[in-house]
Amino acid sequence: MNKRFGSVILDTTFRYLVPFILVYAVYVLFHGEYSPGGGFQAGALFAIAIVLDRLVQGDKAPLNIHGNWAVIIAGIGAMIYALVGITSILAGGNMLEYGMLPFVHDVVERHVLGILVIEIGVTVCVMATIVAIFDALARREDLL
Amino acid sequence: MKYLALLFLLGGFFFTFVAALGVIRFPDFYTRMHASGKGDTLGVALSLIGLIFYLAIEDGFTLTSVKLLFISVFIFLANPIGTHAICRAAYKCGLKPWTRGGE
Repeated sequence: MNKRFGSVILDTTFRYLVPFILVYAVYVLFHGEYSPGGGFQAGALFAIAIVLDRLVQGDKAPLNIHGNWAVIIAGIGAMIYALVGITSILAGGNMLEYGMLPFVHDVVERHVLGILVIEIGVTVCVMATIVAIFDALARREDLL
Repeated sequence: MKYLALLFLLGGFFFTFVAALGVIRFPDFYTRMHASGKGDTLGVALSLIGLIFYLAIEDGFTLTSVKLLFISVFIFLANPIGTHAICRAAYKCGLKPWTRGGE
């Protein structure tokens, strides 16, 4: 699965479709409050873009997360989530109590900001985890 | 407008049905991909266009119609390419096409 699979057709389609997938992923991430979607789906869309690139263009894909970096980035995503929770604890509230976040004055704004940062953390974590799973599957096929 | 929507929806149902029938009845992998790739693409696109007309009966051309149009355009792009990729993978794995006389 690390060899190059694509033909001219697949390369061209990839070039035209993947930017739309990325833009749609950002849209899903930022419209999570008032339409179906959110962090998990946006992460899956980002990961689909990367996995398509890996499938079509093999190891030399321009849009790629190499080896151990996938696991590291997944850890960073989970850390963003945890840091928001710990920040609200340090500001005197419960874990993930958005109203106690110390950054903005308006309570509603604080809720929006907290939820958005958490969704970004979830997105990064899901994206990197799916790429890591794909990496593991591809590596197992090479061993066979 | 109502009859136009009905016409497009019936056309979509017809082509989807033909695609499903082809997947069941055709003899080997490549011919089945042929049936599902063409029939599904056209059937889904026609159904979505029929839905656009159906929405236009009451609301006119709204944001939902634009979204449906985008969906049909992307299905038109992605479905044949997916069929192409699957068939290419099968051919690279050495699957022989079916012939009437056997091998």
